[in-house]
Amino acid sequence: MKLSRRCFLSFSLGTTVGITLSPLPWKITDDLSIWTQNWPWTPVPRDGAYSLENSACTLCPGGCGISVRKVDHRAVKIDGMKDHPVNDGGICILGASGLQYLYGPFRLPSPLKRVGERGEGRWKNISWKQALTEVSEKLSEIRSNGEPEKVAVISGKKEGTIACLLERFLTVYGSPNFMTPSTVEDSYEAALHLMQGSRASVGFDFENADFVLSFGSGILEGWGSPVKIFQAIGKLKKDGSVIQVEPRLSNTAAKSDRWVPINPGTEAAMIMGVAHVIIREKLYDENFINTSTSGFQKYQSLVMEDYSPEKVSVITGIASSQIVAIAREFAKASKPIAICGRGEGRIAGNVHETMAVLALNALKGNFNREGGLWSVPKPDYIKWAEAKPDQTALEGLEKGRIDGAGSKEYPFMTSLLDRFPKMINEENSYGIQALLVSNANPLYTMPDTEAVKKAFEKIPYIVSFSSFMDETAQFSDILLPNPIYLERYEDVPTAAMYKKPVLNLTKPVVKPLHNTINTGDIIIKIAKSFGGSIADAFKWRDYETCLKETLGAQWEILKKQVVTEDKNFVANSPALETNAGKFQFVADDVNKSQNSKAGIPHFEDLGINGAAGNFVLIPYDSMPLSTGYVASAPFMLKVVSDKALYHQDTVVQINPETALILGLKEGSYANLETSVGSARVKVTLYDGIMPNVIAMPSGLGHTAYDDYMGNGKGVNINQVLGVVEDPVTGLNAAWGIRAKFSKA
Amino acid sequence: MSASEEKTKEVSEETAGKGADKSKEPSNAGIIFIFFVLGLGVSIMVGWILFPKVLYSQKEQPFDFNHENHMLMVDNGCQSCHFFREDGTFSGAPKLEQCIDCHYDIHGGSEDEIIFHEQYVANNLEVPWLIYYKQPNCVFFSHAAHVINAEMDCRTCHGDIGESTSLPVYEYNRLSSYSRNIWGQNIAGLKRNTWDRMKMSDCSDCHQRNNVNQNSVQTLKGPCFVCHK
Repeated sequence: MKLSRRCFLSFSLGTTVGITLSPLPWKITDDLSIWTQNWPWTPVPRDGAYSLENSACTLCPGGCGISVRKVDHRAVKIDGMKDHPVNDGGICILGASGLQYLYGPFRLPSPLKRVGERGEGRWKNISWKQALTEVSEKLSEIRSNGEPEKVAVISGKKEGTIACLLERFLTVYGSPNFMTPSTVEDSYEAALHLMQGSRASVGFDFENADFVLSFGSGILEGWGSPVKIFQAIGKLKKDGSVIQVEPRLSNTAAKSDRWVPINPGTEAAMIMGVAHVIIREKLYDENFINTSTSGFQKYQSLVMEDYSPEKVSVITGIASSQIVAIAREFAKASKPIAICGRGEGRIAGNVHETMAVLALNALKGNFNREGGLWSVPKPDYIKWAEAKPDQTALEGLEKGRIDGAGSKEYPFMTSLLDRFPKMINEENSYGIQALLVSNANPLYTMPDTEAVKKAFEKIPYIVSFSSFMDETAQFSDILLPNPIYLERYEDVPTAAMYKKPVLNLTKPVVKPLHNTINTGDIIIKIAKSFGGSIADAFKWRDYETCLKETLGAQWEILKKQVVTEDKNFVANSPALETNAGKFQFVADDVNKSQNSKAGIPHFEDLGINGAAGNFVLIPYDSMPLSTGYVASAPFMLKVVSDKALYHQDTVVQINPETALILGLKEGSYANLETSVGSARVKVTLYDGIMPNVIAMPSGLGHTAYDDYMGNGKGVNINQVLGVVEDPVTGLNAAWGIRAKFSKA
Repeated sequence: MSASEEKTKEVSEETAGKGADKSKEPSNAGIIFIFFVLGLGVSIMVGWILFPKVLYSQKEQPFDFNHENHMLMVDNGCQSCHFFREDGTFSGAPKLEQCIDCHYDIHGGSEDEIIFHEQYVANNLEVPWLIYYKQPNCVFFSHAAHVINAEMDCRTCHGDIGESTSLPVYEYNRLSSYSRNIWGQNIAGLKRNTWDRMKMSDCSDCHQRNNVNQNSVQTLKGPCFVCHK
């Protein structure tokens, strides 16, 4: 038998026919088509039992309730909690991104101890036992040297059990230095104290107001409790109106009924100008002024003398006719509210400006009533037995605060964190040996980053309780990570600018993913390790017991429903606790040695630092860019406009006229230089900003976390912004800074 | 012999030679046909027998399970363990928590029971059951719509698994990674019973036969969107 070519061809033909008659080609085609669509990296949600668990958000001071959707034990989505008094089902972009903070690779997995140089990023895993022993020993050493005042705490929270535990620990340890970052709420509190005599927070009833006159407040950019404000302003705009007085056409300005551009930093003059017209035309609430206020005459004469629309027009750049028109509209409304606090209210601002706003509201008597401004009492549910400091502690406490709060200069202030770096750097203070940082990231959030860093370099021992590898954690000596808000219990007693007192409870909706311990437990453990009077002040077995005992009957209610609100709460009308029981147009608790007008609302040109430079740099805030303790999540950075961040560059807004003079075009690079620092930025041309003013986005330029959390994206605005101390409160009143600006 | 005669002789010899080749033709064709049949046979063997063996790989279940035995002990049939949650979603294979409701202790002492306790209960680990009828991720399938609304019997899709005394071998497709039960045991895709195959065409055949709403209830879009959301 001879094998020929024909045999081979025949075999091939047979094979082809055979294969065609088998299922192989059809089946393999089907499978291949499936194979091409099944990529191993395609995320597939795991199946399981769905459940919703309510808790509270702590990512900002908004005080919102959240509903966490879970599949089995895994959290997969965060929504707003329905029927929550603050956000009623709504959620902001930060709150909705909460899971990225839970699962993020920038979480601290366990206690860490620095092994390299500070900020070098070399860490060693240590056990909790070792971590707590080391911190206790360090604190013990400082105290046994008779220098307990040299330990300070920076706490991102002012209220609640964690803040109180930290403060209580410091008190029995012997240090008065419990500091919290300041915001415009502190300025409001100071103004309320000066004018109403009350120690209260301010709340606004936007839902029932019919007119909002906002002096630069970013009511759609994160001011107050953002979801509440969004909902309320949305409702208000249907029937009432919103006027935005602001140097820049912000989102708030664009969505307002009217945008009134103003020279930056002159808002207080405008407020006084509006008051002038209302007084001149007798459009104020005479009954309220006569029966419930004092010092009106003095205020009136100052307003009438210095703030005629013509004079105000020169200062603010707003036409006098417009000032008159706005004043009339404000006076005509039945429930008008005037507010201040630039952007999201990050900077406390000048207290005389805040007082001017309170005075303007007082002219319409719109206090503590529906659609008005409310004094919300401070939470009072923490009623622990008084701590008894021993002799060493008492001696430490007598040394006074390093930041000057409560001193003769700033008698009624409780914390002035923005003065802290200056006090350390100037070396006329007693210095700090150990700093504990909880829920805060001062190395990123405080103005003049370089000065803050310099101050921190002088502190030999820094402990961070952060859950994340943020800028401050990166610069610390030991890290004691706290579980994040989805993994822990904690009371949340505030809702920024909300009209009623609310108390939220955040609770563990998932088991802690990492080897973390609640800061409350750490404080209790450290306190116990000291024994004596310090341990005596912390009798609780652990933090949960402390929280349970503190909340009493509310514990079970809060565990079940997350929030309690006194629905019938009505601030005493008017809640005036001054000596005369009246609203004071002229405050008496003010040091008037430097300025005869101190204590009377007025426009004060404090000057912004930076001797050189023809330009004024102002910061602006936006919802997707978080400026606080937590950095913007990847979800948020995805929606940042390329007019704010372009690849790795911060984009600043300038007027086309300015660009023409400097020879800049859209997208050009420019050098920005202030007395504090400098930055290379990209330029975008924007008609919504006046010539010679530069608007720069805040919330960019992280140098910690990871690439997806904005590490290296843009410039941190705090690198170029400085601090201007308010003469009455000592709070930071810098609304901008002078800058040199040129083509790069 | 002249030159022309010689030429004539050569030609006649060549012609005679050709005539001799023609006489061998039938046997060559036979060989060629044999090769054809050989090719046909080999490829049919490959296509029908070898190919399925290469395409599908077998996986062992964590341990064996006797459905029949369990069915005798529960009150509510399949739904005693494969139940609907309060929100209407289907629980699928039971979780460890459910199993230890009854198996809190070692019952009986079979090898499988011991594996279950030693490897899973003791370590609080979920049993990684291999699911025979798991539809691909791109498919939206609601048990509630079929079992509760349409009152279909579990057997319609899952066959007699409830009466089995041990678990069948789990086979998965090396290319698509799907369980073999989706295409069915028959490599040609032929089926005798409703549960023999769970491909898209089987779903749509049944939907058409039973006159099910041809549009997606959720999106109101066409038939594709009934299962592919």
